[in-house]
Amino acid sequence: MAPLLAVRDLTMRFGGLTAVDALSFEAREGEITAVIGPNGAGKTTVFNCITGFYRPTSGSLALARGGGFALERMPGHLIARRARVARTFQNIRLFAGMTVLENLMVAQHNMLMPNVARGLLAVFGLGGHAKLERAAIEKARLWLDAIGLTARADDPAGALPYGAQRRLEIARAMCTDPVLLCLDEPAAGLNPRESDELSNLLRQIRSGMAGLPGCSILLIEHDMGVVMRISDHIVVLDHGRKISDGTPDQVSHDPKVIAAYLGEGDEDEIPAEAQA
Amino acid sequence: MAYALQQLINGVTLGMIYGLIAVGYTMVYGIIGMINFAHGDIFMVGAFLSLIALTGLAALGISSVPLALAITLVFAAGLAALYGWTVERVAYRPLRGSFRLAPLISAIGMSIVLQNFVQVSQGARVKPMAALIPGGMPLMRDGTFTVQLSWMQIAIVITTLVMLAAFTWLVTRTPLGRAMRACEQDLKMAGLLGIDTDRTISLTFVIGAALAAVAGLLFLLYYGVIDFFIGFVAGVKAFTAAVLGGIGSLPGAVLGGLAIGLIETFWSAYFSVQYKDVASFSILVLVLIFMPTGILGRADVEKV
Repeated sequence: MAPLLAVRDLTMRFGGLTAVDALSFEAREGEITAVIGPNGAGKTTVFNCITGFYRPTSGSLALARGGGFALERMPGHLIARRARVARTFQNIRLFAGMTVLENLMVAQHNMLMPNVARGLLAVFGLGGHAKLERAAIEKARLWLDAIGLTARADDPAGALPYGAQRRLEIARAMCTDPVLLCLDEPAAGLNPRESDELSNLLRQIRSGMAGLPGCSILLIEHDMGVVMRISDHIVVLDHGRKISDGTPDQVSHDPKVIAAYLGEGDEDEIPAEAQA
Repeated sequence: MAYALQQLINGVTLGMIYGLIAVGYTMVYGIIGMINFAHGDIFMVGAFLSLIALTGLAALGISSVPLALAITLVFAAGLAALYGWTVERVAYRPLRGSFRLAPLISAIGMSIVLQNFVQVSQGARVKPMAALIPGGMPLMRDGTFTVQLSWMQIAIVITTLVMLAAFTWLVTRTPLGRAMRACEQDLKMAGLLGIDTDRTISLTFVIGAALAAVAGLLFLLYYGVIDFFIGFVAGVKAFTAAVLGGIGSLPGAVLGGLAIGLIETFWSAYFSVQYKDVASFSILVLVLIFMPTGILGRADVEKV
């Protein structure tokens, strides 16, 4: 498969600290790529560079879509709108006071209100707005079905259980029609059953499901069960450098990876999963 | 009895004007958590724009009152919206992300700028205007006292209620309203979902300013006199109304306006005119002690 996102020599320094050091990897289209590594390895910093929160010190982030986008030079909201990269955060950032359905509708804002004139027409119900709104609700409904929250569409998002909020956040990101979905520790705090549901959801998102297009995924995750089960390709970071890159099987047998994890004192983190 | 009824009518009318201005405060506070102190002065500018338009139209010989009012409304609301947009663009947007007090100081500055601008360009003297919609209907006679409900009072109450309904609908049912609420809750996340947050905030200011101009026009028609200072007093009262009703809540703003209007009117009628502001602000203090989020304000419920 063709690379969708090519990270080349990405370096990010904060004063004297080099959080990411000359990192290169690729996320291929139609695959789930996981970025793993011990705490402080620079994973979230990589995400923040990709989604425009940080401007990298050097290096390039090329997204192969249409004419290609240089993400390292784009502001955050244009990365979402034009390059179509969506992301979620380690902590949940739903609009807690809005309903579940409204959260999914807000994500389709650009389709519903591409400019001020359309927005004003929409206020008066003109300009074919009703049709657009119906299409948006239909799409939201498909996602609600996919994440099993149809019955709670009109509840405030903040009232959902934690696992459901996680899934809703992913569905909301997907409602922006991304080509690349970046998930920062989506399984954090989930119980085993919830992480199974999450794994299934992510696999469905990758391959596309009834009426919904597929999407490539870039994932940061500490839950090795989830990572090993769903990833097509894993990149391992340690102290801002890439120490391994390959299939789950290759990575889990890489002595450097085992050393990095054991070196951190997390003895049970990799070896237990390596057999899986 | 008849006297009390008349005071009730007057109080409701005054309260509706405060409420209409308060809606603008509450919308802006809702979206960026900032008190736009220049809002009262946009109201004053709206009243002056209305006066200019009405005088101009009379000079042009347009004698149809509905037509003149319609043109005035569009003119005043349009230009006031431009003022609102400019104030946000010049004084608030560059300070976004700065420390919390910075836009507040800047807002007070804009308020003074607008006041002085109108004082210099229009003169400091009070501007009178002949009543455009005179008359009304007598409701009740009690001895020599007649309870009068003027057409203007009916117009004010209806306008405010229609505006409240329209804006509630805008905020809850339209894509623009959803975007506003999303920006209110998490500006950065809204941006990441592709919402142009700067544009959404600008639109909020534009809409709030247009609404203030409508209130300005109503004020001019109702009282028939305006000066460059009306924005300050009405602004403080409307801000109080917004806080009293629960800042961030649209019906709360109108309800708060009603409360202030009624307290003020009844206090003036039965106790003393000099102490009417003391009365309304004392009530504000009491309400905030016992209901810190205001009448209709919702407390942030955090799930732990």
